[in-house]
Amino acid sequence: MVLQPLLKNCLPLSGILRTPKAGFRSTTSGDLIIQSTSNDVYQNLAVEDWIHDHMNLENRRVLFLWRNSPAVVIGRHQNPWQECNLRLLRQKNIKLARRRSGGGTVYHDLGNINLTFFTNRKKYERMENLKLVVKALKALRPQLDVHVTDRYDILLDRRYKISGTAAKLGRTTAYHHCTLLCNADKFVLSSVLKSPYKGLKSNATPSVPASVKNLFEEDPSLTCEMLLDAIAEEYATQHQIDHHITLINPADETVLPGIRNKTKELQTWEWVYGKTPKFSVSTCFSMVYKESVLDVKVDMDVKHGRIEVCKIYLPEQWLPPALCSELVKSLTGSKFCPDETTKLATTLLRVCPQDEELHSRWNLLCENVIMLM
Amino acid sequence: VCIHRVRSCSSIRFIKSKYVCVFDKSALKFSHQQRLFRTSAVSCGQIVQFKLSDIGEGITEVTVKEWYVKEGDSVSQFDSICEVQSDKASVTITSRYDGIIRKLHYNLDEIAFVGKPLVDIEIDASKGVAPEEDVVETPPMSHEEHTHQEIKGHKTLATPAVRRLAMENNIKLSEVVGTGKDNRILKEDILNYLAKQTGAILPPSPKAEIVPPLPKSETVPAAPKDKAHRIPVPVSRPIVFSGKDKTEPITGFHKAMVKTMSAALKIPHFGYCDEIDLTQLVQLREELKPVAQIRGVKLSFMPFFIKAASLGLLQYPILNASLDESCQNVTYKASHNIGVAMDTEQGLIVPNVKNVQVCSVLEIASELNRLQSLGSAGQLGTNDLTGGTFTLSNIGTIGGTYTKPVILPPEVAIGALGKIQVLPRFNGKGEVFKAQIMNVSWSADHRIIDGATMARFSNLWKSYLENPASMLLDLK
Repeated sequence: MVLQPLLKNCLPLSGILRTPKAGFRSTTSGDLIIQSTSNDVYQNLAVEDWIHDHMNLENRRVLFLWRNSPAVVIGRHQNPWQECNLRLLRQKNIKLARRRSGGGTVYHDLGNINLTFFTNRKKYERMENLKLVVKALKALRPQLDVHVTDRYDILLDRRYKISGTAAKLGRTTAYHHCTLLCNADKFVLSSVLKSPYKGLKSNATPSVPASVKNLFEEDPSLTCEMLLDAIAEEYATQHQIDHHITLINPADETVLPGIRNKTKELQTWEWVYGKTPKFSVSTCFSMVYKESVLDVKVDMDVKHGRIEVCKIYLPEQWLPPALCSELVKSLTGSKFCPDETTKLATTLLRVCPQDEELHSRWNLLCENVIMLM
Repeated sequence: VCIHRVRSCSSIRFIKSKYVCVFDKSALKFSHQQRLFRTSAVSCGQIVQFKLSDIGEGITEVTVKEWYVKEGDSVSQFDSICEVQSDKASVTITSRYDGIIRKLHYNLDEIAFVGKPLVDIEIDASKGVAPEEDVVETPPMSHEEHTHQEIKGHKTLATPAVRRLAMENNIKLSEVVGTGKDNRILKEDILNYLAKQTGAILPPSPKAEIVPPLPKSETVPAAPKDKAHRIPVPVSRPIVFSGKDKTEPITGFHKAMVKTMSAALKIPHFGYCDEIDLTQLVQLREELKPVAQIRGVKLSFMPFFIKAASLGLLQYPILNASLDESCQNVTYKASHNIGVAMDTEQGLIVPNVKNVQVCSVLEIASELNRLQSLGSAGQLGTNDLTGGTFTLSNIGTIGGTYTKPVILPPEVAIGALGKIQVLPRFNGKGEVFKAQIMNVSWSADHRIIDGATMARFSNLWKSYLENPASMLLDLK
């Protein structure tokens, strides 16, 4: 069998033939298994969008296999401030993406595999898909104690979550995707999925935290490639198609016309943060300034990721009231974003009275407000 | 002229009399009357309750998470109406009808029920009520099958693929002449209709097939070798531009910039420009780049410009000063915190290198690297962005020669550097040689700085850069 090692981590395995896309859209009319050559979360989410919007899935089902370099992916209607530690994400250069399907927040890295089952709207059936995954795992390692719960999770040893599910339904097509933990970094996972932000009140979909475990911990001989191949093989068997995986390059505009725009849209601030349902922040913090401690209270309403209403309660005369109201006025309508607020606050300082004391108080207050974002 | 639009509406007389009451006869002559007349025709349309259709998996209720429309919006069939969520599934609900949204039955975060009304849509009466079942729109059926379509009483024969092509391009099938059997509309008919409208080659959509070439009479006659003339030039067609002006409020950082720039222009600026021969500096940097690389620093020209400026400020400290609002006092700043203008997605920001007067060129370069990477990651802190006393803007990396930079308050001077160009110049012996020339444009606050001071500072800065070895003499 001719194997094409186009993926960096591709181990030669018998049974599955991988070829790069050639006439991907029009070749066969049977069910299809495709795999992304990219580890960029935005590109891969864009492929999902593309298939959902442009492929004719009336009589055809598709399985899409993908993995991402470190990223946190929140559900369509979630609040990133509620779900993860945005400061830590920025520090560690972990990407934040919002997917179009519902559900909760997950952490992806190369030790996690993602599976997307595309069907027409009528054939949308999550249980069937998950049972297929469990069947594949059991075929690979019969001793694994894995089963599907009625919340569409897959549990290992009846306790640990190894897979979470989400779905997107459109007019004529639907997709169900799920994760599968093989060898992800659990330490990073738990630290990034812990939100440090206090005082948030919102109707956004909350995530349900769960204890997780890697399949690798259960059986160190398992790798992501093995899992991907086992699932693909089971899919091929059940759908009566060849054991053949078509590789897709999500940056290829000729194969996927319009994919670049879809990728770009997923990265815009307006999508990632701006789509957060309306929420409010009501919190207090203490500032230490020259041996005295001050208590500050902040109330903000955030809609479409922008500050609609802003109230800052400071000890009287600690900052000139004119300056305070200037800050509040500028924050209103501005993005609830630390970078935007930093630039705004430092630029405003240019037209304030040039007093070092004043400047250090202003900077202290602004830095604390920025910490809320 | 107007009457034919309401032929299916029974209350013609009512509308006509209403029309006459509201407008005088002279209004009949204007073209906008048609639009108004049509509006009143639509108000006699039928209100249809669009029910939430089955989601699948036995789901009976969902939460409404986002509305894409509001009351009064007009929608077309297949436009997205709202996003609902049920148990980890996010569902986009699209409209079954063309019409105007008259009522939203749920607010955000309310539970909506399958089978119950979701929105009320007022349908254009002339079109009638669409059937309750889902209209098949992405048929995979073979081209042999075809469906009939009732439009304004005429039967229009067209295969599903052809109907889809027409719909994708907003074409009414009733307006296309069918050249197939029984006046059936073929794909070519749609494409010809489109070609006549736009006079250009259609871009292929993902589902459409290859576009046939335009009829020869419309191509511009040209030399066969010239490839550029394959695209025909539209000939005297009415240019239809459907773009709309977009107004957005100015918020956040942009609003702050508006304030700053308004304050800046209150400063009486004067400009002073000059030309710097960087030939020696270019060579020096080439030699030093690998040395800096070994020490983990990327070395550009800016660290030299910055250090030279600081050396100049030691001689002319008024340029590193600040004038208070009442213009009563000048404060000479001890630190040379030299700002470097940085272009980001949101606009211009100016982080500064602190205390350049005690930094080496390499330290300045290292600090610049740090500021640049933070800047591109959107992670600059308040300390990096405040406390600047003097600014240099390297606009030349984008382009330009001479500019008129605007002073950033509370500073009193700014320098803008153009791009480095290779130009012919004369040397001491009267020979022409290749020189690396860069232009600098200074602006200064004329209330406390005079032209002579600016000129002398510029000359000193220039001499350091044209003869980098001279910097060694004054380095502290």
